[in-house]
Amino acid sequence: MNLIELSIISLTSAMVVYALAFIAFAMDLARRSAAVGAAQQGQVSEAEQPVAVAAGSVAGSSTSVNSASVNSASAGSASVGPGPLPRAGKPKAADTGLAYGRSPSLRVGVALTVLAWVLHLAAVLMRGIAAERVPWANMYEFSMTGTLLIVGVFLLVLTRVDLRFLGTFITGLVLVLLLLASMNFYVEVAPLPPALQSVWLVIHVFVASLATGLFALGFALSVVQLMQFRRESIAAGGKPARLRFLATLPSSQKLENLAYRVTIIGFILWTFTLMAGSIWAEKAWGRYWGWDTKEVWTFIIWVIFAGYIHARATRGWRGSRSAWLAIIGFSAVLFNFGIVNVFFKGLHAYSGL
Amino acid sequence: MSRPSDHYDSRPPVSEAGDGVTQPKLGFIGWLRWFWRQLTSMRTALFLLLLLAIAAVPGSLVPQRSSDPNGVTQYFADNPDLAPVLDNFQAFDVYSSAWFSAIYLLLFVSLIGCVIPRTAHHLKALRAAPPKTPARLARLAGFTTRQAPAGTDAATAVDSARRLLKSTGYRVALFNSRSRAGRSEFSVSAERGYLRETGNLVFHSALVGVLVTVGFGSGFGFSGQRVLVEGQTFVNTLGAYDSFNPGRFFDDGTLDPYKLSLDTFEADYEMENLDAYGQPIDFTADVTITHRGQESEAGTVKVNEPLYTGGTDVYLLGNGYAPTITVKDPDGNVVFTDSIPFLPQDANLTSMGVVKVPDGLDEQLGMLGFFYPTQDVAASGAYFSSFPDLVYPMLTLNVYAGDLGLDSGVPASVYTLDVDELTPLTGRDIGIDSIELMPGETQDLPNGLGSVTFENANPDAADGDFTGSVPRFASFDIHHDPTQGWVLLFAILVLLGLLTSLFVPRRRVWVKALEGDDGSIRLEYAGLARGEDPTLEAAVSALADRHAALLEADAPPADAPADSLPGGSQQTDSQQTDTRQT
Ligand code: HEM
Repeated sequence: MNLIELSIISLTSAMVVYALAFIAFAMDLARRSAAVGAAQQGQVSEAEQPVAVAAGSVAGSSTSVNSASVNSASAGSASVGPGPLPRAGKPKAADTGLAYGRSPSLRVGVALTVLAWVLHLAAVLMRGIAAERVPWANMYEFSMTGTLLIVGVFLLVLTRVDLRFLGTFITGLVLVLLLLASMNFYVEVAPLPPALQSVWLVIHVFVASLATGLFALGFALSVVQLMQFRRESIAAGGKPARLRFLATLPSSQKLENLAYRVTIIGFILWTFTLMAGSIWAEKAWGRYWGWDTKEVWTFIIWVIFAGYIHARATRGWRGSRSAWLAIIGFSAVLFNFGIVNVFFKGLHAYSGL
Repeated sequence: MSRPSDHYDSRPPVSEAGDGVTQPKLGFIGWLRWFWRQLTSMRTALFLLLLLAIAAVPGSLVPQRSSDPNGVTQYFADNPDLAPVLDNFQAFDVYSSAWFSAIYLLLFVSLIGCVIPRTAHHLKALRAAPPKTPARLARLAGFTTRQAPAGTDAATAVDSARRLLKSTGYRVALFNSRSRAGRSEFSVSAERGYLRETGNLVFHSALVGVLVTVGFGSGFGFSGQRVLVEGQTFVNTLGAYDSFNPGRFFDDGTLDPYKLSLDTFEADYEMENLDAYGQPIDFTADVTITHRGQESEAGTVKVNEPLYTGGTDVYLLGNGYAPTITVKDPDGNVVFTDSIPFLPQDANLTSMGVVKVPDGLDEQLGMLGFFYPTQDVAASGAYFSSFPDLVYPMLTLNVYAGDLGLDSGVPASVYTLDVDELTPLTGRDIGIDSIELMPGETQDLPNGLGSVTFENANPDAADGDFTGSVPRFASFDIHHDPTQGWVLLFAILVLLGLLTSLFVPRRRVWVKALEGDDGSIRLEYAGLARGEDPTLEAAVSALADRHAALLEADAPPADAPADSLPGGSQQTDSQQTDTRQT
C-alpha cells in the first residue's frame, strides 16, 4: 500500500469521524432544546425569585443576567426590574444566555472533531509527501486542505472563545465539501505545471484557504445571529419561540461581535491574498491584474466584505443587514471555489479536472 | 464634521423632520451642499461598494476583449443575435465601460470627500487634550470602584493614575471639579489609539493612490509580443515586435535597443508518472542579451521567472515547434527556406502552421501544415499527437496554388491561409494524398512544381533519435510599466493601514477620586470604546487593579514604620508581581 492510498483511507476515516462528531453535536442541540423546555416548565418557581436574580447580577455572579431574558421569553418581563441592568461583573457570563454547561455529547463532539482533524491532517500530509510538493495544486487538494483549515481555525478559536455550539455547522459543512471533493474532484497526484511552480503557490493559496476558514466561521455566526435575533424579537413580543436551543446561545449582539471579529481577520487575509495573487500574476502571466475570471471573483468577494465592514459602521445597517452581507460574502467564496474554478474559463485553469 | 453623519458613532441628527418643515427652500448652494452630504455619507459609500461588486459580475460571465479576445469572437459566432445587443452595453469591455467607470469614480469621489474632512479633524484631535471627565462614570463601560488605602489623598491618587496611564501610552489630562455636594473631585481623563484613525485614513488614501497609479500607469508603459525561433535575435525597437500596444503617453524614442537572442529552448515533460504522462514540468528559454556597446550576457526566462533587462520585463508566455521547411524549384534552386512557428492546438502539441511561397515557382504556393511531435493514428485513420516531445515527428502539408493576396496591401496574418481563392493541389477532395514528411525527408510537389524538404536540425543523431530534430520557438511578452513599484507601495500601505485601523483599540479611560464623609477616598474607573473594542472592560479592570496595587505600595504603612527596610522591600516585590500579572 502506498502513501497515496493511505491518504485516501485516512481521509475516508476522517469523514466517518466527522459524521459521528456531527451526530454528537446535533444531539447536544437537541439536549439544549430540552433543557430550555425544562427551564420554561420550572418558570413558575423561578419567577418567584426576581430579587435573587437582580441581587446576583449586582454582585457580578455568573448566571444571572440572561436568565432574565429567558424568563421574558415565556412569561413577559416580570423579572426585569425597572432601569437598566447593571453592567457589572464578567461580560462573558452576562452574554452566555441560559446557563447550560457542557453536555457529555458536546464533549464527545469536540473530542471526535479533534480526532477527525488529526486523521484529516495525516491525509493531507501524506498526499503532500507523495506528491513531493504542497498539497494544494488541484481542486481535490484545495478542498482537502481548505476544509482542514476550516476545522483548524474552528478548533483554534475554541481555545479562546466558546463556539462549540457551531460544531454541527462546521462538521456538517466540512463533511459535505469533502464528500463532494472525493466524489467529483478526485485526480491522481501529478507534478506541478510550470505556472504553479512558485513560492506564491505556497503563500497565496494557503492564506486564501485560511481566510476561507475565518469567513466560514463568520458566516456560521451570522446565520445563528439572524436566528437568535428572530427569537429575541419573538420573545420580546411575549410569544414562545421555536428552536428553543437558541436560548442557550449568546445574544444576537454578542454573536454579531464575534462574527465581526473573525470576519475582519478573514478580510485582512483576503486583502493579502489579493495582493499576493497580483504579485504572482505579474511573474507568471506578465501583468499584475487582468480581470481574469478568478481575479474578478476575488475582487468581488473583497468588495462585499469591505461593504460588510462599512455596514457595521453605518447607522441602520448594523445587526441583521450586515449579517446578510457576511452570508452573501461567504456564499461568493463558495461560488468562487466550486463554480468559478470548474465551469468558468480563464487563466486559473488548475482544477485538474 | 469628522465622520459621515450616518456613521453609527456620530450623534443622530436632531429631529430632521422638524427642520424640514421650517427650512426655507434650498438655494443652489444649498442643493450642492445637500448633494455633497449625500455623496459622502456612509450609506452612499456602502451602496456604491455593493453596486461595484454587482457590476463586476457580468465581466466574469461573458468573455472580455481585454483578457480573452478569441473568446469574444467565438461568442459573436455562437450568439449572432445576442452578442451585438450585449456589445451595446459594453458587456465585452465591462471593466473599461462607462457604467463600471462611473460607479468606481463616484465611489472614489465619495471616498475623497469623506477622507479630507476626517483628516483635518484628526489632525486637530491629535493636538487636542482628552475631553473632560463625565460627571457620572457609573453608566460607562467596565465601571468599577476601589477603595484607596488610608492616608492617600485624592490628588495624589489621581496623579498616580495619571502617571500609570501615561506610561501605558495614553494621552492624559487632569481635572478638578466640584461635586454637587460641594466636595472636590479629582479626575484624570485619558485617551489612546489615535493610530486607529490614522490607519483608517492611510488605508483609504492609499486606495486612492492605487487607483490613480493604476489608472495612469498603463499610460506611460507599453506591452509587446514577439515570437523567436531558436537561433533568432530580436532588437528592442518598435518595428521588431509582432504586436505592440503603447500607452497613451509612451514615447517609442525611449526604447532601449538591446538585442535578445533565443539560444535554446528546453521543455521537460513527465515520463514516469503515468497519471500525468506528458504533462509539462519545465520550460526554459536560454537567451543572450547584448546592450549597446557592452559585452553580451547570458540569461534565462522561465514561466515564473521573468527577465528584467533594459527597462523592460521579458516574460515567457508560450512555446511550440517551428519546423524548418525548404522549397526548391524543378531545377533544384532553393526558392524558400525558413523555420515557421506552428501554433499548438492541444496539450500534446498537435500544431498548425502556414507556409507561403510567393516567388520563384510557376505559381504562388500556399501550404497548410500540421505537425505532430509524436504522431499516432486514431481508429478513424486521423492523425494525432500522443506526446508533446519529439518521439516520432511528422509533418503533413496540404498544397494550394493561386494568388496568395500578398500584393493587395491588406495585411495578412502569417498564421492563416485564405484557401477560398486558391486551387487545392492535394487533399481528399481531389484524391491526391497530402504530403507527409519526417525530419530530413523530401518529396516532390504536385504538378512538377518542385520539391519540399522538412529539414532535420540535428542530422548527426542516431537513427530513430529525433530529439532536437525540430527547432522550437518561444513567444515572449515584453512589458514596461514604470508605475508598478508605486502600485506595490500603495498596496502595502493599504495593508498596513488596514492592520492598524482594525487592531489598535481606540478608547477613553477615566479615573476619578471622590472623597467620602469620613475622609476615605473612593476611586472610580470607567472606559468608553470608540469603535470596535472587545477588550475594553478587561482593560479597565486591569487598570484598576494595577492602580490599587500602586497606591497600596506607595501608601504609608498603617502599623509598620515607613523606614522599615524589610517591609518596604516586600511591598516593592508584591507590586512588581502585580505588574507582571496584569
Ligand atoms: C473604495 C471604496 C472603499 C473601500 C474599499 C473601503 C474599505 C473600508 C474598510 C476595509 C474599512 C475597515 C478598515 C478601516 O477601518 O480602515 C473601512 C472603514 C471605514 N470607511 Fe471605508 N472604504 C471605501 C470607501 C469609503 C467611503 C466613500 C467612506 C465615506 C463615506 C468611507 C468611510 C469609512 C469609515 C468612516 C470607516 C470606519 C468604520 C468604522 O468606524 O469601523 N469609506 N472602509
